[in-house]
Amino acid sequence: MPHRLDVLVCSGAACVSNHSAAVRDALQTAIEAHGLSTEVRLVETGCMGPCELGPVLLVYPEGSLYIRVSPEDANEIVEEHFLKGRPVQRLLWEDPEARRIAEEKKQVPFFERQEKVVLSNCGTIDPENLQEYIATGGYEALGQALTERTSEELIQIILDSKLRGRGGAGFPTGLKWQLAAKAKGDTRYIVCNGDEGDPGAFMDRALLEGDPHAVLEGMTIAAYAIKASRGFIYVRAEYPLAIKRLEIAIEQARASGLLGNNILETEFSFDVEIRIGAGAFVCGEETALIASIEGERGMPRPRPPYPSDVGVFGQPTLINNAETWGNIRHIVLRGATWFRSIGTESSPGTKVFALSGKVNNTGIVEVPMGTTLRELIFEIGGGIPDGKKLKAVQTGGPSGGCIPAQYMDTPIDYESLKELGAFMGSGGVIVLDEDDCMVGIAKYFLEFSCDESCGKCIPCRVGTRQMLSILERITEGGGSMDDLDQLQTLASTIQTTSLCGLGQAAPSPVLSTIEHYRNEYEAHVNEATCPAKRCKALIRYEIEPEACKACDLCRKACPVEAIEGTPGEPPYQIHQSVCIQCGRCFDVCPFGAVRIESGTKKQDEVEG
Amino acid sequence: MKLEDLRKIRERGEKDISLRRGDARVNVVIGMGTSGIAAGARNVMSAFLDEIGKRELGDTIVTQTGGRGLASSEPVVEVHVKNEPVVVYGEMTDDKARRVVAEHIVNGSPVSEYVIEVRE
Repeated sequence: MPHRLDVLVCSGAACVSNHSAAVRDALQTAIEAHGLSTEVRLVETGCMGPCELGPVLLVYPEGSLYIRVSPEDANEIVEEHFLKGRPVQRLLWEDPEARRIAEEKKQVPFFERQEKVVLSNCGTIDPENLQEYIATGGYEALGQALTERTSEELIQIILDSKLRGRGGAGFPTGLKWQLAAKAKGDTRYIVCNGDEGDPGAFMDRALLEGDPHAVLEGMTIAAYAIKASRGFIYVRAEYPLAIKRLEIAIEQARASGLLGNNILETEFSFDVEIRIGAGAFVCGEETALIASIEGERGMPRPRPPYPSDVGVFGQPTLINNAETWGNIRHIVLRGATWFRSIGTESSPGTKVFALSGKVNNTGIVEVPMGTTLRELIFEIGGGIPDGKKLKAVQTGGPSGGCIPAQYMDTPIDYESLKELGAFMGSGGVIVLDEDDCMVGIAKYFLEFSCDESCGKCIPCRVGTRQMLSILERITEGGGSMDDLDQLQTLASTIQTTSLCGLGQAAPSPVLSTIEHYRNEYEAHVNEATCPAKRCKALIRYEIEPEACKACDLCRKACPVEAIEGTPGEPPYQIHQSVCIQCGRCFDVCPFGAVRIESGTKKQDEVEG
Repeated sequence: MKLEDLRKIRERGEKDISLRRGDARVNVVIGMGTSGIAAGARNVMSAFLDEIGKRELGDTIVTQTGGRGLASSEPVVEVHVKNEPVVVYGEMTDDKARRVVAEHIVNGSPVSEYVIEVRE
């Protein structure tokens, strides 16, 4: 008997952290209790995208999208919906403006405006079930490649598709394949770069967890095209679920003759192993990644020679990012012309983005290249929470920059972002609102690069440290206008003389914020004020006596006992000498009596 | 495994996940209100599922709805075939369900003696 309901339980890392496994177990129990085991099938899928709304359930054939489901809801869903056919309205997604409940997933704007190619299987199939992958056309591209295409033809298809590396720099993928195919060596290697490390980026994780076979298939097609016999997937130890699902996928592919010797009973053999990185950002740089695969310390080396000539164990190596690999099977099956019909002239195809920060719908989205930032943030992302104003969008992580709100109609492609001093990067998009301090943001990213610098070259190791100490000084109110010049001088030296991309791009967040938000830097330097009231050293918290109701909440919340007062006897008072500016009192006050004032503690004490 | 074997697995698999594509040709809607269940709608649904499974009809789905106020005719089943009027059957049983699958869903001619309503 076939199932009449497919219940898809999102089991991406974000939903797993929200206890989707407990929801699944509760559903399973309730389904059995109602005698529906043969009619209802539970399927655990990869990330569906709307991580903010997790744990998420999708019920087919209706397409009902249940959000924020807890184990306690399981019985009601099974009894009302699965048994009686009445979807549980209170758990369905509701349009926040129209106050309209979406009966189907396709009525939800978050999904409606996306175009899923690379992630077409993420959230719709069980990533641990090879048959489901095959049912979506999986391994058909590999089969056709091995039986109907020559190496040259395959490389030509990728060249014609104009696919560009999704890791960030946007190098033409076909050219990489061609170079690796032509290079001389005893053997050749294929590498998947899954060392996703930028803060706010989790695209590769979604793909590796949600559709691991797609990455394997892309790599295997490339191996046939450039005549490689071994491959490595480099993925960080922080992604245990991705590693587990990759391991399962590799085992299944081997057992079914889709990996290993004589793939699909042809002459072609290729095998893949996983290399687990220890979570060093620098290992996203390809030469450092290769060193790490070889068992060396993950440090970059000068290029040329490029990995296509001298890569893993000194042999020609083709290294692409996980998302790039995810595109290959679709291009081989549907052709270069189809691929070029999506996106823009110079940046064809789609791009996966991880939306995070001050945006309503955080999560994973895939849109055609050329989509504007406005569409991404407001239509798919659902805008900025709490009625705040958008200030800027940070793309490209520690190697990228901030794009101010007035440029929201910029189409997202490699060139347009570069013109604005930002960078496509691997797809992390962090939304900033009016409460974010741009100097603080620059400091945050620079701190990250400084920590992650491998230390091999001086400009990066010492230069980023120097820049960071200047930024620290500025955010503490001790900066001068000379510091701004000094930052720019250091930045240009670091950019031009660092050994690898980490150092070369590390100053970008600082430069882009100085360019677009010079007034904020000047306010910190000249007036010792933080316009966004974020820099702790430049603000103080005060209780407005008239507004205080002596409810005692702030005093209880204060972790350092800086607040004094007696319940019912307003006003309370904050002792500035003890206060650590953590903001807890501000958050808990129900009367808005706690205010953030500009001014350093020092001034306050002098005045007081 | 050869390419042909892969394609066979694919064919089977496509049927297996057809529910998720949302492009079914036929939707069998079973009235599962209180009166429907009391009149035996569960058995009727099982019969539909069983018969659809035996015949491997990958394009047919079975869904449910609440009672529609036709309590005297329960169990009530609607058959929605794409681009055709909705046919409503009443007083359904296990055997009648199997006949509807064979004659209406597979061969395209509604079983007129069980029909209680036809809606555009």
